Amino acid sequence: MAYAAGVDVGSTQTKAVLIDETRRIVGRALTDTGANVMRAAETAFQQALADGGVPEEEVEFVVGTGYGRYKVTFGNTQVTEISCHARGAVQLFPRTRTVLDMGGQDTKAIRVHPSGEIVDFCMNDKCAAGTGRFLGAAAVALDLPLVELGPTALRGERAVRISTTCTVFAESEVLSWLGKGKKIEDILLGVHESIAARSIGLLRRVGIEEEVTFTGGVTKNQAMVETLNKRLGLRVNVSDEAHYIGALGAALFALERIVTARAPAPAKGIA
Amino acid sequence: MTYTAGIDIGSTYTKVAIVKEDGAIVGRGMEPTGFKLVQAAERALARALDGAGLAREGLAYVVSTGFGRHQAGIGDAAVTDLTAAARGASHFFPNTRTILDVGGQTMKASRLGADSKVQSFRLNDKCAAGTGAFLEKTARYMGYGTEEIGPLVATSKAPVSISGVCAVFAESEVINQLSEGAAPSDIMHGAIVSLVDRSVQLMKRVRMEPEFTLVGGILRFERMIRVVESALGTSVNVLPGELVQYTAAFGAALLAQRRLRRLAEGATAHAG
Repeated sequence: MAYAAGVDVGSTQTKAVLIDETRRIVGRALTDTGANVMRAAETAFQQALADGGVPEEEVEFVVGTGYGRYKVTFGNTQVTEISCHARGAVQLFPRTRTVLDMGGQDTKAIRVHPSGEIVDFCMNDKCAAGTGRFLGAAAVALDLPLVELGPTALRGERAVRISTTCTVFAESEVLSWLGKGKKIEDILLGVHESIAARSIGLLRRVGIEEEVTFTGGVTKNQAMVETLNKRLGLRVNVSDEAHYIGALGAALFALERIVTARAPAPAKGIA
Repeated sequence: MTYTAGIDIGSTYTKVAIVKEDGAIVGRGMEPTGFKLVQAAERALARALDGAGLAREGLAYVVSTGFGRHQAGIGDAAVTDLTAAARGASHFFPNTRTILDVGGQTMKASRLGADSKVQSFRLNDKCAAGTGAFLEKTARYMGYGTEEIGPLVATSKAPVSISGVCAVFAESEVINQLSEGAAPSDIMHGAIVSLVDRSVQLMKRVRMEPEFTLVGGILRFERMIRVVESALGTSVNVLPGELVQYTAAFGAALLAQRRLRRLAEGATAHAG
């Protein structure tokens, strides 16, 4: 049995996915990227091998993606995270036409052709506003663990309007609302609304076409999913594998390479 | 003797200056602004009164300025921080034509006319990159406090390139630089260089002209002044010592004196 692997080295976390020839996920792993990017890539890959019980020599092709893709030193090639996210999203939800990927440090809007090709994309990678980091800043300011943010916001009734754009200033704005006696639930609902509004702005720039698939680490946050659904007036696709979609896309590109390499070489002309 | 006070309620610190009729500063006080603006202003005022040996009733007129002036609602009148800084800067340096004010959460550039009035201005208060918060965050990522920035950067040999596009993203940049062996002092220096690049862009947008006067809390880091001078290719004016943080408060106190003189002139005219 041959296997293909994708390693997605993100700004915050590194993800690795192993698939078999039927495109089925057989192993996955996630680790913090930290300062040693090369080691994080290696660790995630080894953990995915262990998770799938797959010997390393049976992995025929490895594709690196994400901002640290060139640090995947054991990878055979690299593919941009835009292509990988689109590929992974279409694999899980074949009717996907728009992808919203919300990660720790960037948010991407991608429009895909029914063939899986990318039509257009737009990224928020120069500024942390509208990315997962905005939630992180609110968590720090309110002294709440990240996993508590969504459930707390879901209890909110009247969203507080967050006026600051910058994540750094949002921290002080959150504290000042708390000082003015607003409820944590309502402040957090406001934080989710603010991030949703920014990412929808990004989606509009590529054009919103159904179905919309929501990917990236923030998909684990139910309040963000519901806020997006409400504001978009539709239901976004969310998969349990949302964290791994970039890595899955990379693994699918790796599998394509394996299949292409196996195809019989075109007949050579007679010498 | 007539005393007036200027209260500058900034995003990070609240500063108070008390002056005599001739413009001499007789008392000053500073307090972190926090979220209770009135209390911060009252405390800074009490400190300044204490220094001047005055009671609250000894102040003939109080002018407030800074981002929190309306919310705090303290004093007899309020002026914008641009007006106050222009007044304070031109008192010391009458030929000032461009003012750069870098505070904790804002960056402002203004151009003054020959009459020392503000002719045009640009400000950044939407993004922490380009404000004191950018330096504070950079320092914090490396385990240093705000007050350690000055001594730290003084030991730098050469700046390390820091993109400075976003104060949040600077964290991963700083971590990468540290893991590649860069010295914290050189990283801090790099952060200052990138902040200054942004300030020059802002000053270009007001069509800057010499002389330049720099104001704001960030200038307590000596290195900042040298980097601005090398970016502009000319020397810059800076108020002496700690006064640099009090420029707008001082300007507001001077405007209070002027207001009193006008009121007195008006009263005389009516009486005549």
